[in-house]
Amino acid sequence: MSITEQTNPHVLTDDAQGMSYLNRLPRRIVVLYLPLAVFVFVLIFPFYWMAITAVKPNSQLTDYNNFSPFWVVKPTLDHIKYLLFETSYPGWLWNTLVVAVCATALSLVASVFAAYAIERVRFSGSRPVGLLIFLAYLVPPSILFIPLAVIVFKFGIYDTKLALIFTYPTFLIPFCTWLLMGYFRSIPFELEESALVDGASRWQILIRVILPLAVPGLISAGIFAFTLSWNEFIYALTFIQSSENKTVPVGVLTELVRGDVFEWGSLMAGALFGSLPVVILYSFFVDYYVSSMTGAVKE
Amino acid sequence: MTMTTTAKQPLAFGNIARSNTAVGLFFMLPAAVFLLCFLTYPLGLGVWLGFTDTTIGRDGIFIGLENYEALARDSVFWMAVYNTIFYTLIASILKFGFGLWLALILNEHLPFKSFFRAIILLPWVVPTVLSALAFWWIYDAQFSIISWSLMKLGWIHSPINFLGDPNNARASVIAANVWRGIPFVAISLLAGLQTIPQSLHEAASLDGATGWQRFRFITLPMLTPIIAVVMTFSVLFTFTDFQLIYVLTKGGPVNATHLMATLSFQRGIPGGQLGEGAAIAVAMIPFLLASILFSFFGLQRRKWQQGGQD
Repeated sequence: MSITEQTNPHVLTDDAQGMSYLNRLPRRIVVLYLPLAVFVFVLIFPFYWMAITAVKPNSQLTDYNNFSPFWVVKPTLDHIKYLLFETSYPGWLWNTLVVAVCATALSLVASVFAAYAIERVRFSGSRPVGLLIFLAYLVPPSILFIPLAVIVFKFGIYDTKLALIFTYPTFLIPFCTWLLMGYFRSIPFELEESALVDGASRWQILIRVILPLAVPGLISAGIFAFTLSWNEFIYALTFIQSSENKTVPVGVLTELVRGDVFEWGSLMAGALFGSLPVVILYSFFVDYYVSSMTGAVKE
Repeated sequence: MTMTTTAKQPLAFGNIARSNTAVGLFFMLPAAVFLLCFLTYPLGLGVWLGFTDTTIGRDGIFIGLENYEALARDSVFWMAVYNTIFYTLIASILKFGFGLWLALILNEHLPFKSFFRAIILLPWVVPTVLSALAFWWIYDAQFSIISWSLMKLGWIHSPINFLGDPNNARASVIAANVWRGIPFVAISLLAGLQTIPQSLHEAASLDGATGWQRFRFITLPMLTPIIAVVMTFSVLFTFTDFQLIYVLTKGGPVNATHLMATLSFQRGIPGGQLGEGAAIAVAMIPFLLASILFSFFGLQRRKWQQGGQD
């Protein structure tokens, strides 16, 4: 601990150019730019393909001889119109949004209290509890969905949004708690101690001192939790039966895919629009995403 | 306010241990209720269901190890176990290799670095099911863009049957999984790379170390703790993967791509055999525990070797 803390300041301020000046341009092109270009192309191509398919008229969709598949001649909005006005797609978007927002809010509140208790109240047994929280994060949904389906059914919330709002926190709370524990740890004890001396209660310290300082952590945890619940699939597939309660991933897969004739245009439009909300959120908070992802891994 | 608190102060000091526990438990309450109700209880219930013959709509009775005995004789189950291990192994190795490579590239001084970093994380942000749909279309038997491009280049003469042939299907789902997993590995390792001081590399190269030696003796040892954690997560999520297979192949052709998670779902929910599905899910737990313990002990030793980080 002491060693890393002593060296860390040096590490962080060491923003020297390094030895990259030794690499001349031709070498940099072969070693860096070319592989990077290939990586970017491969990682981005499916999205391009999704987008271009979504606006292609059906006649061009499968006719690769007369039309270049990589481009679209007369883009059409038919697939999108069909999606928005002739299917339950807008309803699925709304469901996903409601479920994601509620599950995220619920998890954030529970996690703030839990992380504060583990990291700062330090009640007896707080360290094992912290470890248990981490282990809970490692329990995958694919071994829980069958018993959870039984429980959800017994609670009488099968096939409702509540089933998802109550089950998503099982993977959101461990993650958010773990992340927030890291943030709370970085807030100096002295602040809390002086607040205690001034006569603040635990509750006041949490609300007035810790939370304002942990806002970046809350944003990280919040958007990450939102994305996780937006992307969740197996619970939504298992617990939801009726079309009007489905979330976007489940709805697109189970209702738009039918028979042997695939409506690729509307299917891809559905995939594109289902991805857009998280992508937009992501584009505003890239740094928070990266910090929450690496923060969860680093601890 | 100050009056009341000063009056209470001695009492609080006297009972500090007890009140801390009370306050702590009170703060833990919401999270604990959720996790006990929807995580611990289902985990136990899942193990119990594995010992019963529960079906949808009927409570089962205890039948001991019958589910597991049936599974032990079930060739489809063993195929799923084999597939899961194969899928996890190959996909994790590829993700690690490509991820580390990408992280090393991004660690150099590049123009528009943050832009590239943002772009590269996209596959990981987008819902898996929706990007898997795009892959489904890319892997289409007739109109696959990959087949078309390769045919245009003259490398192949007929379209590749991506998802119809067992081995092709395995390779295709692994490719899609690797595509989705690279960003996570790359960005996490990049965060680790950025904490390695440049001065170490400079000192080593003054001593005459080659690029490979600098990577092997500086970058890799400094990165090992993060690699261990990242790969544990990666292995866990790959091992329990469900969405990609469910979208792309639903376990087919002829169960060639069934993973334990998809088999568990198929037997449990559409098949109605909740007991058997739960037994398959429980059968995943030993593998998960093994990989967690493996990385945990690997990690401890590495940290100790570096002489730091508690």
